[in-house]
Amino acid sequence: MKSATPKAPYAIIGNSVAAVGGVTGIREVDSDTPITLVAREPHHTYSRPLISYLLGGKVDEGRMPYRPSDFYDKNHVRPLLGVEVLRVDTDARRLEMSNGTSLAFDKLLIAVGGRPIVPPDMTGTDAQGVFTFTTWDDARNIKAYVEKNAVREAVVVGGGLIGLKSVEALVELGIRATVVELADRILSITFDRTASDLATKSLRKAGVEVRCNNTVSEIKRQDGRVTGVVLRDGTEVPCSLVILAVGVVPDTRIVQGSAIQTDRGILVDDHLRTSVAGIYAAGDVAQAADLLDGSKCPIPIFPNAYRQGLVAGHNMAGEEKTYEGGLAMNAVDICGLPTISVGITTPTGDEYEVLSLLDEKAPAYKKIVLKHDRIVGAIFIGPIDRAGIVTGLIKQRVNVSGFKDVLLTEDFGLISLPTEYRKHVVSGTGIAI
Amino acid sequence: MKRIVAKEEFCLGCRLCEIHCLVQHSQSKQIIKVFRSERGTIVPGCHVEQSGLVSFAIQCRHCDEAPCIEACMTGAMHRDPDTGAVLCDQDKCVGCWMCIMVCPVGAILRGSAKQVASKCDLCLGRDTPACVANCPNEALRYEECDT
Repeated sequence: MKSATPKAPYAIIGNSVAAVGGVTGIREVDSDTPITLVAREPHHTYSRPLISYLLGGKVDEGRMPYRPSDFYDKNHVRPLLGVEVLRVDTDARRLEMSNGTSLAFDKLLIAVGGRPIVPPDMTGTDAQGVFTFTTWDDARNIKAYVEKNAVREAVVVGGGLIGLKSVEALVELGIRATVVELADRILSITFDRTASDLATKSLRKAGVEVRCNNTVSEIKRQDGRVTGVVLRDGTEVPCSLVILAVGVVPDTRIVQGSAIQTDRGILVDDHLRTSVAGIYAAGDVAQAADLLDGSKCPIPIFPNAYRQGLVAGHNMAGEEKTYEGGLAMNAVDICGLPTISVGITTPTGDEYEVLSLLDEKAPAYKKIVLKHDRIVGAIFIGPIDRAGIVTGLIKQRVNVSGFKDVLLTEDFGLISLPTEYRKHVVSGTGIAI
Repeated sequence: MKRIVAKEEFCLGCRLCEIHCLVQHSQSKQIIKVFRSERGTIVPGCHVEQSGLVSFAIQCRHCDEAPCIEACMTGAMHRDPDTGAVLCDQDKCVGCWMCIMVCPVGAILRGSAKQVASKCDLCLGRDTPACVANCPNEALRYEECDT
């Protein structure tokens, strides 16, 4: 393997949110040392969550870029797009790439993200019309398939966030969609039962069929193309499109066999360092500490990915910065129903206290989970305004015993908070308010 | 950078800051016209919180490390390179409300049609933001400070 390029002072693998966070982090410290960015996908950095909006026609391709077109130039980034890193060689400290060259590096950030799971025990996943849904090209391919085959009915396997956003897009396209979820309710990881029920109602109102406690055991085909699915309970659902959205796992393939330690993802410390000096990991591929309990677990969500990239970038450039820990949280609109969930939403154990307020008709739901007078989780459905104040209280571990009774009130705001904390959030200490 | 600072001991709770914010961000820029025909079409970037005798106006802090920029999935939320203000490009925003989820001061609201995020833009183009300029008791000041 020939070495085509000189050693990169900074190399980044990946081109999504954690990689952009990494570029930004490096540039906040080091304004000009070149960065080489290698990514499998050929596109300029784009907003991955927008693929469902693209599929549904809510945004056009022109709105996909996550950063302006001069992002690489302005940040002295040399992008190698459409080039796949095959292996990270930790001994020689170089990347072996799909174009036959290798790239030696000094500091490396691995931000390759996750890859979608294709259930191994499901037969027929190789049929035409079966897609996973995590990339811009997936959205394009699904759209082209829908148009070419005049798709009217679709089955989405998985009632998590990706599944439901793809359902929303299908609804926009006038396609009758059925969601099949293995658990006994949709969004079972991030929502409690009440919130799941409200989301289910919103989906059914939009004409979506929701089937829980079930899964697809077989995908049927004719002439190679999908014609329907057989569910675990024997029910057959005719459809000409299947979207597999059962989950995403950290894509650790390029470090397998290297000295970089992995568990479910690449293990990183509170500086986003892997087990090999000078090599960092961030985003969906990384397994960093959880803010609430300190345990290391992958939390594949957007804000954590950016934050990890940013912190890694600072450390790569030599300015020490500590990662506070990841907090599971999501804001997602489900067929017109705004929802926010943060932290632990379905607590089990006597040490937790739950405050909640439900108006099923509106619908409006607010739930706050406390542990030893500190908020550790929350759900907002419908009226979500100012939810971030609660997220802030979780992150800062503020003792809320003095104002617990007003947390659910409609006019809950900064004025309800202890003066000291308010001063801290509003303007930094020492300034009035 | 210059930021808006609230002095709660001077705040009367009159909400003129909210009204002048609306006027500033209206089409007509005229208070009566805004009242007559633009009410409900714009959301103020500043709002007054009140409890008993205590009140103050709050708007985006334009944080140095802005959680809303980090959480924004479209790239709509960004920092103006010249002024340092945190701004939302409403043509890019799709209303996912990640920013609302992470803003610790609750300064970002859903716009009037609940489609895109709406927040304080420091009245770019004006020397002094409208809320500050129209506060009758100097409870809002525009001064150089770090967060």
